Amino acid sequence: MELINIKIEGHPYQVEKGLTILEACKRCGYTIPSLCAFNNGECSRGSCRVCLVEATGARGLVASCVYPVAEGMEITISSPKAVAARRTSVELLLSNHSKNCQQCSKNGNCELLHVAQITGARDDMYEGTKTPTTIDELTPSIIRDTSKCILCGRCVERCKNVQGIGILGFENRGFRTVVGPAYNRSMAQSPCMLCGQCVNVCPTGALAEKSEIELVDEARRQGKFIVVQTAPAVRAALGEEFGMRIGTPVTGKMVAALKRLGFNRVYDTDFGADLTIMEEATELLNRIKTGGMLPMITSCSPGWVNYAEYFYGDLLGHLSSCKSPHEMMGAIVKSYFAEKNNLDPKDIFVVSIMPCTAKKYEKERPENANKEGLKDVDAVLTTRELGKLIKRSGIDFVHLPDEEFDQDLLGEYTGAGVIFGVTGGVMEAALRTAYHMVTGKEHELVEFKEVRGFEGVKEAAIDMDGTVVKVAVAHGMKNAKPLLDDIRAGKSPYAFIEIMGCPGGCINGGGQPFVKPCFLPNEDANILDTYKEKRANALYSEDERQVLRQSHKNKQIQDLYKNYLGEPNSHKAHELLHTTYKARERFPK
Amino acid sequence: MAKLSSTAVRRVEEIILEYKNETTPLMMILSQVQKEFGYIPFEVQEIVSEHLGIPVAEIYGVVTFYSFFSLKPKGKFVIGVCLGTACYVKGAQQVCDKFSEILGIKPGETTEDGLFTIDALRCIGACGIAPAVSINGKVYPKMSVNQVQKIVDEYRQLGGAQ
Repeated sequence: MELINIKIEGHPYQVEKGLTILEACKRCGYTIPSLCAFNNGECSRGSCRVCLVEATGARGLVASCVYPVAEGMEITISSPKAVAARRTSVELLLSNHSKNCQQCSKNGNCELLHVAQITGARDDMYEGTKTPTTIDELTPSIIRDTSKCILCGRCVERCKNVQGIGILGFENRGFRTVVGPAYNRSMAQSPCMLCGQCVNVCPTGALAEKSEIELVDEARRQGKFIVVQTAPAVRAALGEEFGMRIGTPVTGKMVAALKRLGFNRVYDTDFGADLTIMEEATELLNRIKTGGMLPMITSCSPGWVNYAEYFYGDLLGHLSSCKSPHEMMGAIVKSYFAEKNNLDPKDIFVVSIMPCTAKKYEKERPENANKEGLKDVDAVLTTRELGKLIKRSGIDFVHLPDEEFDQDLLGEYTGAGVIFGVTGGVMEAALRTAYHMVTGKEHELVEFKEVRGFEGVKEAAIDMDGTVVKVAVAHGMKNAKPLLDDIRAGKSPYAFIEIMGCPGGCINGGGQPFVKPCFLPNEDANILDTYKEKRANALYSEDERQVLRQSHKNKQIQDLYKNYLGEPNSHKAHELLHTTYKARERFPK
Repeated sequence: MAKLSSTAVRRVEEIILEYKNETTPLMMILSQVQKEFGYIPFEVQEIVSEHLGIPVAEIYGVVTFYSFFSLKPKGKFVIGVCLGTACYVKGAQQVCDKFSEILGIKPGETTEDGLFTIDALRCIGACGIAPAVSINGKVYPKMSVNQVQKIVDEYRQLGGAQ
């Protein structure tokens, strides 16, 4: 590693050669206001001009996010010229920005507003024409509002380079440039998997989730019996909405908050996850036994399912027919639970708290409803929306006591359900139970660590009393693609594959709290590299604390089969807990 | 959106194969398609995306960035009216407006019968004969508003006869 000498604000420093000025300054303790380079350099295009500084050897001011340091360079951030230029850059961005900040869902997380404060940008300095606006609200998941877009291109990069899809791109030229799907179509009329990764990286309110808080309010007004359930990944991140350190598990406080919000039951989607495992492991073993279509691929991630329907319509037979855990939970609440409590399913309103924007779409699928068309789940709130709901209701989250999920009928859950929220978790949970189903005994180690971690593709071979089952795990569509292409080419060696739509799994879902270093002064400088692991550890530690760590040991699941469903994959189970898929046209005419 | 004929799809695939191994295949393929088809249909962008592994949105971005590419079919006769400085001061705008008035379309648009497209051009290097109009490569020097109707009629006849 070659070191070079530079000066920042007159002070000498030694830094690595090859760094940009922005990176070098960051390492030496200077934060230059910037928009495009916050995301680990994911999207440095030098286009926003917010990070202008003076540097010797350069002609005029330079964009520090793309300009490399050089031996002997003297960098000045605080000169009047640089300060004024940065302020002007922000003012120009604001002049073409719809400034209804109060109503904006990114209020409090807006990086543009943040740099406006830091640079002291003044309001309405430049009045002029505005770029024609597109507001796309056609998907149930994401709203795209180009009037708030600053053309930084982070969403474009995320969609193309992390998901390998590239739904979004730059269109037209100059002042008329917009970021959007081809032909500025709606995301609903393009092959968008609705994962929400673009929402997570968008610095402003140009991309945001579609809120369903009002649906919940309306259900309360109508006096519905409201059952709320929380996905495993939510507890690993909700605390961040209240300034708690990343990776703080807040299961007990989350439950306490939900109970104070007036829901009739507070359940854990982990019960649904345990149920999913019973169904999915049985399905897998049946496929192996009867020569069914292998490899079988998990179907818990609605973003992945969307992607499969758009891009791998010929492989849909490989997807497990299991509904996702929260849909299973909803279906059971509106059947078994309703019956036991003498409730009319029509009077029950199921709310799912999910780390996910694609779940909002999933609940609208006609397959996820009973024969009368009654939806399994009525509203999906993201982790962020739950944060808003709690704040709105004046609950002091940080100081809440820990409370327990409701325990009746659907209250018990195992550690296997908890780890569903991280890449490899569904696989591990399924292996714990499949091992038992095949061998009749428990795996001595319980844990299957080969499928943990954040490597793009993980694989393992599990010996089940002589039968070796080869499995693979992928997260993020770019990682999944090679596995899928192998299946298509008929050369996949696996029996079972877990695929999660988002990189890292649900802990990094499109509905999770934003990880924006500029708003996290108490986190480590490298938080963008470590936050997924911190959230994952919150789940693995909860798994370790559970007495029951295998889905088949869940007593209430056993009762559910005994008293209602019969056995896994029974006719009744199929009716309530399984679904179908169909290939979709990418750009419907 | 009209569907491409199977012959057209085959031709597009041939063009892709021809340029696939170039360092910048996208621009070359799009240029060839523009030349042969007169525009870049959506379906072509989808086919190119499939073959090159470049997202449709990115291809669409390239097509809309360069004014050389067109998203809509151009007419059989492309009327290029030069609006460069010399032509402009000699009354090219009036000539252009007359074409618009007679054909009922604005510059950049195509008549419904698919016969005419008006392109407003910047200097075509024919300042000596300003104002100049070029129709499918044939140049009409020192145009006046009075000539426009006659020229349109001629081409209409030509188009109808074919």
